[in-house]
Amino acid sequence: MDIVGPAQFVVLGIKTQIFSILIPVVALVLFAYIISKRLIPLRRAAQDERFNRFGERLAQIWSLWLLQVKQPRYMLAGVLHMAIFFGFLVLMLRSIALVFIGFQDDFQWPFLGGSLGVGYTIAKDYAATVVLVACVIAGIRRGVVKPPRYAVPEQYGKDHTGEAVFVLALISLLMISESLFDASKLATGGEAGHFAAPLSLAWFFTGMLRGSSTELLQGIHIVSYYVHDLTFFYFLCFLPFGKHFHVLTSFFNVLFMRLDRGKVKPVRYGLAKEELDELESFGVKKLEDFTWKHMLDFYSCADCGRCSDQCPANAVKRPLSPRFITIKARDLLFKTFPVWGQPQEAPALIGGIYTEDEIWSCTTCGACEEECPLAIEYIDKIVDLRRGLIDEGMVPQSLQKPLNALERRGNPYGKTAKQRGKWIEEEEFAQAVPVKLLQGGETADTLFFVDSVGSYDDRIIEINRKAAQLLHHMDKDFGILGEQEKDAGNEIRRFGEEMLFQEIKEHNTEAILEVAPQEIVTTDPHTFNTLCRDYEGLPPVRHISQVLVEGLAQGKFSLRPLEEKDLVYTYHDPCYLGRHNLLYDEPRQLLDALPGMKRVEMEKHRDRSFCCSGGGLALFYEPEEETRMGVVRVQMAREAGADVLVTACPFCLINMEDAVKIAGLENELKVIDLTELFAEQVEFVPTVAAAV
Amino acid sequence: MNILVCVKRVPDSSENEIRLNREGNDIDTDDLVYAVNEWDNYAVEEAIQLVDKVGGSVTVVSIGTEENEEILRREMAMGAETGVLLSDPLFEEADGRKLAAILSAYISKNNFDLVLCGAQADEGGAQVGGMLAAMQDKPYAALVNMIEVLDDNKLKIGREIEGGSQEISEIELPCVLSIQTGINEPRYVSIRGIRKVASVEIPTLGAADIGFTDVPLRLNKLEYFQPELGEGAEMLEGSEEELADKLVELLQAKGGIK
Repeated sequence: MDIVGPAQFVVLGIKTQIFSILIPVVALVLFAYIISKRLIPLRRAAQDERFNRFGERLAQIWSLWLLQVKQPRYMLAGVLHMAIFFGFLVLMLRSIALVFIGFQDDFQWPFLGGSLGVGYTIAKDYAATVVLVACVIAGIRRGVVKPPRYAVPEQYGKDHTGEAVFVLALISLLMISESLFDASKLATGGEAGHFAAPLSLAWFFTGMLRGSSTELLQGIHIVSYYVHDLTFFYFLCFLPFGKHFHVLTSFFNVLFMRLDRGKVKPVRYGLAKEELDELESFGVKKLEDFTWKHMLDFYSCADCGRCSDQCPANAVKRPLSPRFITIKARDLLFKTFPVWGQPQEAPALIGGIYTEDEIWSCTTCGACEEECPLAIEYIDKIVDLRRGLIDEGMVPQSLQKPLNALERRGNPYGKTAKQRGKWIEEEEFAQAVPVKLLQGGETADTLFFVDSVGSYDDRIIEINRKAAQLLHHMDKDFGILGEQEKDAGNEIRRFGEEMLFQEIKEHNTEAILEVAPQEIVTTDPHTFNTLCRDYEGLPPVRHISQVLVEGLAQGKFSLRPLEEKDLVYTYHDPCYLGRHNLLYDEPRQLLDALPGMKRVEMEKHRDRSFCCSGGGLALFYEPEEETRMGVVRVQMAREAGADVLVTACPFCLINMEDAVKIAGLENELKVIDLTELFAEQVEFVPTVAAAV
Repeated sequence: MNILVCVKRVPDSSENEIRLNREGNDIDTDDLVYAVNEWDNYAVEEAIQLVDKVGGSVTVVSIGTEENEEILRREMAMGAETGVLLSDPLFEEADGRKLAAILSAYISKNNFDLVLCGAQADEGGAQVGGMLAAMQDKPYAALVNMIEVLDDNKLKIGREIEGGSQEISEIELPCVLSIQTGINEPRYVSIRGIRKVASVEIPTLGAADIGFTDVPLRLNKLEYFQPELGEGAEMLEGSEEELADKLVELLQAKGGIK
């Protein structure tokens, strides 16, 4: 005797079909209600501009969402996730079809007839099997092995393991009930052409059930159907209450992700600079000040902990963990805009869920954003929160001094503008390398934008003299702005003092355009970033490494072999050169061009480079931390077996030269700037070489 | 509580190479960048915090030219309600006593419960607060690093005494206090904050407006110089390690360390 499906089955005189209809209808109404509640804060949020550039957005959907390209960066967790994700995609059709089977026994998708349907059945059988296996492994991993990155430090609340394991159990239940539903039918002997894919879950179950009584099979068939139906709709309505909301939001979060590297969002979209003055409040101070996309970020966080695992501030125990920047805001969103009940008054973010130190602890290195598989943004939020702090005057004393100096004198050190161009006047250097002072109508093809640290810090001046020497050697017609140059302002902006940044940007832009250069060159990645990303209407800006690579290709350098043959070199990617601007290869090309170069990579390199503790204003901030990021970084260089640590950023150099001393590695590790190292190996024209 | 804070515009000398003027009796002011006196900034912050707690208003007053408006606005951006500029050709040359007399004249025309000054300013005289209190015949405490409002007529104040001891006193209002740095953490003033108060009217009052009659200067600066290296001063030379060794040796020899 054949068994009947849920559309035909009668229990106690009631057709179960009625439940097949009732469950989805009630659940969908409930789901729509929940989602409408979840959308309330997004509608009250600040504007954002994301409905644009759909070509690029679809490309991100393709790689980040559909192909899950970030997942394998954490191999085991990544592969497990991909298994579950692809399994879900395949099973989506089946799950919806199952709902309809509850109405009508022989339902099938019209487009899945014939061999395509057979193919799909095989695919979904294996998908369910793979998902179940992945869930079991993931469950053991979360529940038993407990990788440290999932731990919740005390100050951030309670452990999240329960939620994770519960969801894995729900998914497993879906897979098992789906397979049992099929297997119970197939075990009756079934119809021709219907079979379970060999070695799949359904196949195993079919084998186990074969020979059972029809009554038992009928019972399993109906029970498994409704277990699946209820679990499926329970899961759907449960998603918006926790980290598994990402199952629903990830598509949109990736679709509307930030597309430009290195940039910072405007204070408010659609406002002209003049209108900024009229804003009543600046930056993010309360929940609704976040943009709707940033709220979507909070909803989308899967709590995977990768951001914090990569965060250098978290690594040195500063009071910042990007994961909890998101989780705390998400929990506050849930609490302030509850599903059951009216929106509530939310407290100010600072002093509520965040502390001042937490927000100042970020170096804007971008490691968290680089890692996030869901493209959740952090830097823009941190900058927005800092704008709010600046507006309220809540700025640590250690940052007030340099900020005031920047306002009064255009540099964070409080030095006079007159001293800014003095570094080119030193007699020996001036004789060997003529650097034009681009003032009073003087022009040049190339503008060397030196920036503050390069103008006033003795160690960095040395490097800029080498850079100037190389530019001169390449026959560049170049000069500096001298007194007319002010700090480029990368950190002024990223530390939230937007109006000061705007003033300084205006001043610099005018000064640069007066000289009318064809290109701008800088040795400082922070300068490079802000001139490229935050300024408008400037000629092309290049980092010195790009200029030198070009010179190398043009055969402008004859290079001496490195003197010490045994030294092993490693290259540290500065955040603002690498992650924010993707210049990973140029510096390595320059190093590898040096005859006799032996180079190793640190474990954390290229887009996983570990921040040295930040540049510009970050140099002045006095954080609470257990150790310095720079110290951690130089130890990584030693672990990689390097004797020389090369970098291409003045702040990296300063931080890591200090770190070497703090770590007591003076005799084992030398820190050097790329330009400096390269220049040392260049055969200069004799007169020049003799003089420098 | 109506609080007056007296603020001074001083050269921001933190990173300046100070040069002497031609007469040799003062510093050359041509290249200098000016800012509000650091101690005064703490005084303004304290006044704002007091008003936040007990209500009232904060007025900031400065003696000088219209260039002083910038620092007044900065303090107003912090939260001071009113800025007043005392400006008159008569005020241009002034010693500490005359500055106190000008402020005293202004205060007599108004009604303040509490007057705060920075403990000292760029010249290190630390005299205006005390003289102002005397001229006003009001109680005075210097180097105050803690203020607590007890009631409408009384404050509890703390003063740091040499050696790190803390002295706690009660003082009757109205009174004059000179404020030590470290009493609070002054808030940051953003460019936006300054712009918000950019168009607020700052009344300028001359000698006649405040009923000030000139007082003769009783203190005249004669000379200003950097002392020459005297006996006992010594420049150490050598590598960092040698320097450290020599320093330890010297400190031991002179009893600085055991």
